[in-house]
Amino acid sequence: MSTLSTVPLQDPPSLPPEFRPQGPLIRRNSAVTESAWVQWLLVATALLFLLGFLLLPLVSVFTEALRHGWKVYLDAISEPDARSAIGMTLLTAAIAVPFNVAFGLAAAWAITKFEFRGKTLLVSLIDLPFSVSPVVAGLIYILVFGRNGWFGPWLFDHDIRIVFAIPGIVIATMFVTFPFIARELIPLMQEQGTDHEQAALSLGASGWQTFRRVTLPNIKWALLYGVLLCTARAMGEFGAVSVVSGHIRGQTDTMPLHVEILYNEYQFAGAFAVASLLAIFALVTLALKSYLEWRHGDELAATRRH
Amino acid sequence: MIKKTLSVLLGALALPLAAHAASYQLLNVSYDPTRELYRAINEKFAAEYKARTGDSVTIQQSHGGSGKQARAVFDGLDADVVTLALGGDILPLVDPGHLIRKDWETRLPDHASPYLSTIVFLVRKGNPRHIRDWNDLVKPGVGVITPNPKTSGGARWNFLAAYAYALKANNNDKDKALAFMSTLFRNVPVLDTGARGSTTTFVQRGLGDVLLAWENEAFLAREEFGNDQFEIVVPSISILAEPQVAVVDKVVDRKGTRKVAEAYLNYLYTDEAQNIIAQNHYRPSNPQIAAKYADQFPKLDLVTIRDFGGWAKAQPEYFGDGGVFDQIYRK
Repeated sequence: MSTLSTVPLQDPPSLPPEFRPQGPLIRRNSAVTESAWVQWLLVATALLFLLGFLLLPLVSVFTEALRHGWKVYLDAISEPDARSAIGMTLLTAAIAVPFNVAFGLAAAWAITKFEFRGKTLLVSLIDLPFSVSPVVAGLIYILVFGRNGWFGPWLFDHDIRIVFAIPGIVIATMFVTFPFIARELIPLMQEQGTDHEQAALSLGASGWQTFRRVTLPNIKWALLYGVLLCTARAMGEFGAVSVVSGHIRGQTDTMPLHVEILYNEYQFAGAFAVASLLAIFALVTLALKSYLEWRHGDELAATRRH
Repeated sequence: MIKKTLSVLLGALALPLAAHAASYQLLNVSYDPTRELYRAINEKFAAEYKARTGDSVTIQQSHGGSGKQARAVFDGLDADVVTLALGGDILPLVDPGHLIRKDWETRLPDHASPYLSTIVFLVRKGNPRHIRDWNDLVKPGVGVITPNPKTSGGARWNFLAAYAYALKANNNDKDKALAFMSTLFRNVPVLDTGARGSTTTFVQRGLGDVLLAWENEAFLAREEFGNDQFEIVVPSISILAEPQVAVVDKVVDRKGTRKVAEAYLNYLYTDEAQNIIAQNHYRPSNPQIAAKYADQFPKLDLVTIRDFGGWAKAQPEYFGDGGVFDQIYRK
């Protein structure tokens, strides 16, 4: 509320008068006709739900992780296998996310600024990883790159490992996180249309200049938003990675896989310690995302709010 | 201070040893409940090998349901050695996989089984359902926890142990025995992919009244969660579980690790390793060491896989597509 009520005091100069809020903002709520107790009931239900299904598990992860004190916690996240898992997760995200930025930009650019045959097909293809189960996504790569897969014999003859090694984990992660950036950009770029680009082109800008000086500034916040979601998913992916990892401790284990391993070895403190690190990564992502929504909400307008 | 030592240690591990001594890395692809066993074994073996040859060796572990692990090796996971729950999972790596030579079973002592185990019941404190033997598992309302025989080696031993009882109790009447198995599996609420998953289901999630478990897994669960929470029930008849081990010939020849991989598996038969094996609740294959720990392991009537014609016959017959398990589980 406090942020809203400051709006009339500091009108952004770019806002034309007809869009300025008229009168005190609080009056918007007059549309609510339910009696006070119904409102309270609804709010309380929502809060209880949030508390039970989101906050409680989150708190329990941290209490379990710290149950045996800070020393156990620090030991758990600094032992070699855990460090290797953390490294693997960060490395995977560091490769998968930039690749998906490039792909997402290219796809969104093609889909929203050009007309071509098969456009709807491309749009549905981008959504494919959302609809395919991660386990299937992993198995696809075993069938293609495994020893008995399509390219397996050739790869193994040349001593190249894709599955049960880092490349497989990165590829599987890329597949699963494919749609995040493109899906963030497409609606916004569609809404923005091609007017700006056409103006730039008619003024003699090259394609690259148009992209860099016109398109990119228009979509930068949505892009960043997509990158955040993509990163969060890349770090947390379990199913697809589990299929192609081979579960070699200290080598092809990512953080989510390591959590499972520790849990299965009755090392609950360790499992929750690593899980809490993952949760911290997620919370940081969430905080950045909220900041973006708060600070640049208007430029994210066309994107779906998660 | 600890952090400093850790990072020094890490640095030492990360640097390939530039000095005279060679440094090897082995990958041991194993089944679910052997995590604790191999953690102990690997440390001792590395020390022993270093003292004997001057070469250092690091052993990496991968654990999971035995069938799933075998499948991963089949699909290209570079295991130097496989230490799986049963020979049935090694067979596909021999043929059609051509990763392991045909004579694998005779290259090591005792049919390549350095340790043995059996299948017992783990029940909750006080045994509230009065579970004493296999016929108590088919009573209505008894929740039986066992993993999926398709992916888990332990589950296959569970299945065959139960089937051995069913045959004996029904004077070898196959149809009656199958009906028994069908009723038994109707009491199974969830099939996990591996033995450890099932233990977690029973112990942590509190599902079911009885866990069909490896003897070693049952002992370990009791150790982890306190002897007062669970009881081990030894049935009248069970199966001698013979987990088998093999060097993956194709991998070690390519990586040049044959010598150290063979030394590793042979080490499992040494007195030192056999003692570690017993301390981790596996039955040692060496009779002298086994005698030393005899009071730890209950005596019971045990059938063997040979009674079912060996894994080459039993695997497709009971667990293959359309095999006995498929028939009774669909009923």
